[in-house]
Amino acid sequence: MNDQNAPTRSIDNSTAMAAVQRSLGKRNRAERRFRFFGIASIGIALALLMVLFWTIISSALPAFTETSIDLEITLPADEIDPQGSGDPAVIGDANFPKYIKRAMYSLFPEVTKRRDKKQLAGLISPGAAFKLREHAMSDPSLVGTTIVLRVPMSDDVDQFKKGQITADIPESDRRISDKQIAWVQTLTDMGLVHQGFNKTFFTAGDSREPELAGIWGAIMGSIFTMIITLALSFPIGVASAVYLEEFAPKNRLSDIIEVNINNLAAVPSIVFGLLGLAVFLNFAGLPRSAPLVGGMVLALMTLPTVIIASRAALKSVPPSIREAALGLGASKAQAVAHHVVPLALPGMLTGAIIGMARALGETAPLLMIGMVAFIVDFPGNFTDPATVLPVQIYLWADAPERAFIERSSATTLVLLCFLIMMNGLAVILRKRFERRW
Amino acid sequence: MKKLIAISALAVVAMAGAAEARDQIRIVGSSTVYPFSTTVAEQFGKTSSLKTPVVESTGSGGGLKLFCAGVGVEHPDITNASRAIKSSEIEKCRKNGVTDITEVKVGYDGIVVANSKDAAPMKITRKQLFLALAKDIPAGEGVFQPNPYTKWSEIDPSLPDVRIEVLGPPPTSGTRDAFAELALEGGCKKFAWVKALKKTDKKKYKGVCHGIREDGAYVEAGENDVLIVRKLEENANAFGVFGFSFLDQNADRVQGSLIEGKEPSFDNIADGTYPISRPLFFYVKNAHANTIPGIREYVAEFTSEKAWGEDGYLSDKGLIPMPDAERERYRSEASTLTVNVGM
Repeated sequence: MNDQNAPTRSIDNSTAMAAVQRSLGKRNRAERRFRFFGIASIGIALALLMVLFWTIISSALPAFTETSIDLEITLPADEIDPQGSGDPAVIGDANFPKYIKRAMYSLFPEVTKRRDKKQLAGLISPGAAFKLREHAMSDPSLVGTTIVLRVPMSDDVDQFKKGQITADIPESDRRISDKQIAWVQTLTDMGLVHQGFNKTFFTAGDSREPELAGIWGAIMGSIFTMIITLALSFPIGVASAVYLEEFAPKNRLSDIIEVNINNLAAVPSIVFGLLGLAVFLNFAGLPRSAPLVGGMVLALMTLPTVIIASRAALKSVPPSIREAALGLGASKAQAVAHHVVPLALPGMLTGAIIGMARALGETAPLLMIGMVAFIVDFPGNFTDPATVLPVQIYLWADAPERAFIERSSATTLVLLCFLIMMNGLAVILRKRFERRW
Repeated sequence: MKKLIAISALAVVAMAGAAEARDQIRIVGSSTVYPFSTTVAEQFGKTSSLKTPVVESTGSGGGLKLFCAGVGVEHPDITNASRAIKSSEIEKCRKNGVTDITEVKVGYDGIVVANSKDAAPMKITRKQLFLALAKDIPAGEGVFQPNPYTKWSEIDPSLPDVRIEVLGPPPTSGTRDAFAELALEGGCKKFAWVKALKKTDKKKYKGVCHGIREDGAYVEAGENDVLIVRKLEENANAFGVFGFSFLDQNADRVQGSLIEGKEPSFDNIADGTYPISRPLFFYVKNAHANTIPGIREYVAEFTSEKAWGEDGYLSDKGLIPMPDAERERYRSEASTLTVNVGM
């Protein structure tokens, strides 16, 4: 405040006002422009996000339905189980594809040429025989009877029924012939063909036949991997953060450690895969393709994130709380364990969940340790071969069969749902438990 | 918390110990054989009481490296390859104690040069392909010059009047190796004096005949063949190089170019008239056959008529079957696991 200058200024009041008036329009325009750029940037970002979601969702939706057929199948007792033993092992050796084919031929008795018969049988998925075999083995009394079983149709028929393959392109250029289209039409008119929810997609493991492929194996693999990642990265990360933040002396060594941790957070993830290959597989001799090793590699990758987030959470606890605890006679360890860490825990958990979300979407480090593989059986424990959701997307995106593309998109959608759930949980934790001082 | 950590650490160690034995076949190797190998693995897993083999796509070279690393449960039992095993690899195998190997040829694969259905199909010879894609081309006897061609029509007026733009696999791919060997070297050899170079300076010969230009006319599109097909759809002037099975599955979008007048079709590849085709193999580590359950059964499934025969389920996946006599020979060798490599 300088009162002496005030009168001299007021002399030019009118000129000053004029100057303000002159520049006002310009400044207002600048302001509007600035706001417009801000809104435009948000708009562009949102539009791109919408495009991304739209392409994923629109290409994923067809994957959630499947085409199946009600087939009347005869299981001749004299061929399947001549001794009448009822032993599932004996029944399992029977030629089930033959009975599926016979069922199809009996629907179209006019088809006699070998080539046509092959095309006719090609309408049904190879999975039909697997399903029939399972069915007969679980209930041996069915042998010798005629049953009606709903079996999947081939991926080409499925693609045709969904309109992904149209009849108006030349016959030689599509995977389904004119004859096959006519047969499918007849079967549809007979009311045998059904289109329904694709349960297989959520309950099966990987398969080379798109109509039999599912993501349950990959989900199990992801869960096993994430358990290991969480069990390793959270305790180790929190312990390191607590020590570095609360106990470590501030000297050159702790500075070096801090710089290194920050650097590690920016290291490309494939490097962790190479480390895992060298240390866990080649040196420690752990099994290839196992969620155990995958989880360990991803834990290494997540550790810096967890440590940095945990340290930030510890820093945000006001010193007055530590001082109050110490003033009342608590030891340093008691002050930290009883007061500081519980108050910082929501922040630490948020960091851990965000780190886990990143680990869940990671493929590159797993490539090195053999988790990018064709694995049909579900993993039952931490050392069984397994794959994870993003790897499944990668594998299917590379498969030649067209129907895998929609499944790849559908898997992306499922993975996105998991990621949104995890990030949502992080937001809720922060909102509900984080305290502000 | 401490207890929990201790218990989980113990559990981890205990499980690692339990992983010593293995009751599941492990297969590695070529990405070209991968679709066939996985189909057999699945069929095998679903129709037998044994576990489904785990198949990893590592590329032919990567697969043989893992395969030759030693004998024992931590090493793979079978490796797929889109080329025959090299003598250096046999040597490496032997050094690591992998001595008894059975080679099984499974069939053929054609490499196609394809473009979008929106454009006219191209008719090209291997010599023209070499001139279009080689890094250095012959310019008179004994002299090479950097590839000057920018348009197909500059090589031969019958070729399309568009810029040379070919999307293909990177050097790590077996498809690329085979393309260089069969298509480019095949064209390169048509220059008599270059062919003579093979005897005098083999290194130079290979460098010239296998060298692909790096000035942007050949675009490395990654191992993802689906991506190449999609890019061809968008750009009618571009050509792509990939395996026959992708052409077979995407015949409504892309068409194969005629090489020396031969269309890349199932029949032409099977009888060997289509010039750019190659055999596919897998290699079995016989030392594992008695310790890992299912190896003999898997090999029997792969070599059965219903799998690799004329009408087998592998031909539906794009594998081109071998002639009957050849199938019979490899089946008999495979069924007894006869050592036929490195003798």
